[in-house]
Amino acid sequence: MDGYKALIGLEMHCEISKTKTKVFSSALNDYNDTPNANIRPLDMAFPGTLPVVNKKAVELALKASMILNCKQPEYMYFERKNYYYPDLPKGYQITQETKPAPVGIYGSLTFDYKDEERTVRINNIHLEEDAASSDHYPTFSTIDYNRAGVPLLELVTEPDLHSADEAVAFLETMRSIYQYAEISDADNRKGQIRCDVNVSIMDENLDETDPKNWGTKVEIKNVNSFAGVRDAINYEIERQVELKQKGEYDKMEQQTRRWDEDTFTTKFMRSKVDAIDYKYFVEPNIPKFKISSSWLDNIRKSIPALAPERKEKYMKTYNLSAYDAKILVKDKAISDYYEEVISLGADPKGAANWLTSVILGYLNKNELEIKDLYLTPKMLVDLMQMTKDGKISSKQSKEVLNKVLEEKKEPKVIVKELGVSQISDDKTIRDIVVRVLDAHPDLIIEHRKGRNTFDFFVGQVMKETRGQANPSLTAQIIKEEIDRR
Amino acid sequence: MYMDKGIVELHEALKKGEVTSEELVKESLAKAHDCAKECNAFVTIIDDAKGASVSDNLLSGIPYGLKDNYSTKDILSTGSSNTLKDYVPFFDATAVTKLKSSGAVLIGKTTMDEFGMGGLGKTAHTGFIKNPWDKERMCAGSSSGSAASVAAGVYPFATGSDTGDSIRKPAAYCGIVGFKPTYGMISRYGLFPFASSLDHLGCLTRSVRDAAIVTDAMKGIDKNDMTSWDSSDIHLYESLSDDVKGKKLCYVKEICDINNYPDASDELKEHLANFNKTLELCKKIGMSVDEVSVDMKLLDALNSVYVVISCAEATSNMSNLTGIIFGPRSKGDTYVEMMKNYRTEGFSSLIKRRFIIGSYVLQAENKDRYFNNAQRVRRLLVDTWKELFKKYDAVILPVGSGPAKYLDDAKNKDYKNSHILEEHLQIGNFGGFPSITIPNGFINNLPVGVNITGNCYDDACVLNIAYALEGQMNYKDQIAKEVK
Repeated sequence: MDGYKALIGLEMHCEISKTKTKVFSSALNDYNDTPNANIRPLDMAFPGTLPVVNKKAVELALKASMILNCKQPEYMYFERKNYYYPDLPKGYQITQETKPAPVGIYGSLTFDYKDEERTVRINNIHLEEDAASSDHYPTFSTIDYNRAGVPLLELVTEPDLHSADEAVAFLETMRSIYQYAEISDADNRKGQIRCDVNVSIMDENLDETDPKNWGTKVEIKNVNSFAGVRDAINYEIERQVELKQKGEYDKMEQQTRRWDEDTFTTKFMRSKVDAIDYKYFVEPNIPKFKISSSWLDNIRKSIPALAPERKEKYMKTYNLSAYDAKILVKDKAISDYYEEVISLGADPKGAANWLTSVILGYLNKNELEIKDLYLTPKMLVDLMQMTKDGKISSKQSKEVLNKVLEEKKEPKVIVKELGVSQISDDKTIRDIVVRVLDAHPDLIIEHRKGRNTFDFFVGQVMKETRGQANPSLTAQIIKEEIDRR
Repeated sequence: MYMDKGIVELHEALKKGEVTSEELVKESLAKAHDCAKECNAFVTIIDDAKGASVSDNLLSGIPYGLKDNYSTKDILSTGSSNTLKDYVPFFDATAVTKLKSSGAVLIGKTTMDEFGMGGLGKTAHTGFIKNPWDKERMCAGSSSGSAASVAAGVYPFATGSDTGDSIRKPAAYCGIVGFKPTYGMISRYGLFPFASSLDHLGCLTRSVRDAAIVTDAMKGIDKNDMTSWDSSDIHLYESLSDDVKGKKLCYVKEICDINNYPDASDELKEHLANFNKTLELCKKIGMSVDEVSVDMKLLDALNSVYVVISCAEATSNMSNLTGIIFGPRSKGDTYVEMMKNYRTEGFSSLIKRRFIIGSYVLQAENKDRYFNNAQRVRRLLVDTWKELFKKYDAVILPVGSGPAKYLDDAKNKDYKNSHILEEHLQIGNFGGFPSITIPNGFINNLPVGVNITGNCYDDACVLNIAYALEGQMNYKDQIAKEVK
């Protein structure tokens, strides 16, 4: 960075997916539907329709506000942000401004970055409605109003981040919080998370707590993936450093740019002078309402154990390594799966191995989520139990698992079909061993002379049993039978 | 001839079998067509309206009209604007649902000032609305067609909406009763919005009793309107009483004293003298009447406050009118062009002017000076009136500066300095107060009105005072008689 440091602030938008209906209309809040199916008259702004606040959405927003250590308001207000775009049929978005008061203001969040603790100040978090989603084609565009009115949380940080990786680590922490607190699936693939990024650079040796030393703020709009956030920040830092080096930095005005996913560059949108005046005013159709302290208490009590607490439990109670524990808590759905497996009686360490070494790899490779996995926690427990009981070998268990996932059949069925149950019966193995030894008296002599023919005998037994003989029992019986001759 | 009668008389006639609902509907439709021709009172007349079965509900089987800014399922609802000239909603306003379930029969959708803006009955997309007492004169607005049709005896009641005085002023100009109850008593769901914080629903009738009956039918908390409230323990008709002994009224000196109007016309002098006669009637039936004084500076700011707040809210409320999702779509190469053409062609110049004002006062650099200050003064005015309501049951004031004015402005005499008389009803919207206008006399054979406004949730008291006063005068149930 050649003597400069970057100051990065984020505006993170995350849809609340855990309400039944939209934030101001009674249409379903459900992503997986045909386009323009979840619509009520309000979502299309038919004349005379009025917004009605979804209490659950406010509750979840307040929950997020608490987790971010923000101050909650005494009264709830909403504001109108007036602008026109086809994805916003009312011609205004119902949102919250920092004045009078959003659901949360002036908080902070501490998170892990490369095994160090970092703290970011939260300027505010507010509840608003999402706009419709549009797709643009060469000669036309399509709009899906299913998304119009979906509750959206916008989180605004102070410029306390210093690198692209740190920013992404913060976003990953937030995603985990939204998932663990049952606020949102926070699924990037469904477009539930979108970010605006502020980047400026300043001389490395100046005091960053004094805003006078800050550089010119550049805002990058509509970055829709964490990888995009990383790339956009890195590109923008580089671009600004280059301007410094060319001596052109001071000419750069405060501006808004957009991230272009095709060229991996940021493109100029507008300067501060052309900033849109949103003509905010308090939404008159929603009377301000008092937030009772008992309601706040109940919300506070409803906050579940978040990722860091679960990680600690996995390390202390289940003796997992920090590395494995971290992997397991990264995605709440996986952690939930893991906990269910344990609650069904599986060995925590063994279950963790199955997840981290086999199942997560399978999910990644096939770009699946754990909820799409055919193997239920119960099936995994059954599989582990069969292995433990010696019915199948651990090598076979992996083969069985692959077949379970491939053919979508229960482990017990696969074991039966493959005929892979392990032979652990002494007499069966002994009979085969006796037959093999009888057929190769010469090799027994060779063995006694010191040549290693033992593995040959084991191989022959395995060949006859199609690999199903319990290997340690087989070795033991071969040894016994040779010794007896 | 039944349509000149009140709701209770009609109900009794229906119950006794003197007349059927079908016959009432037929008579009402015929009169509606006359009134449409004479006064331009209707955007739509429901010619295939059918009589309804008669139940114990007072409104069952009785014809009525709806202002055209009420959303009606499967019936054209234009708001008297070209921007919605072909708009047929697929849902009913809550108030419409309630009137339907009471069994009343819709006869027509009445003409109004475009989206409630104008106040003179001159901005409807179908032309000027004429006063049935004198076709050269206005009904005032914006509930012009509703007022004209009720005054003309088309039916006993029609609904209205009131953002500044849009029910209460036309009522005065047409010699009938106009009532808007406390803000939120009637759900706004399905009413085309003008200025949400000021918009009220209400009714126009020919008697206070009918206003009570109709309001009872329209009111109620609604899950679709967060500003509505539970009034299930309020029964306006049942609680009507003309015993108002001991009630305390006041009027505002700065508004009512003739000495404030040095250049007063004869009409204004007569109007205020008539108002004083009404005050005497109030005393006669046992009410006290005090003169109170209000800071003139506050009163002078009234209309600016109204313009700033109502225009700001209107410009935002009407951003949904693009002609793309509903309304007649305009041509254009881009959606921006389509919207621009639609709005340029569709809105009257008065509305466009108001949009510009609304936009201007909300701009970041102007917002504190205009919009925020207007909100502050609104609060001061409301607090002043709330202070009065601590001591008085209601404020009584004359409506306007005289009878209906000419539609042709050149014929109107210049009433300088009487603006406060024209504007004070807006206070009722600032505070959401229940407010009723009843006819209280004639000037040059044209009706004039008096207004009674009380504290929020005190609707029954306001109606009772009006009811008692009405009983002392001869203007109840009057039908417009053309003066020339």
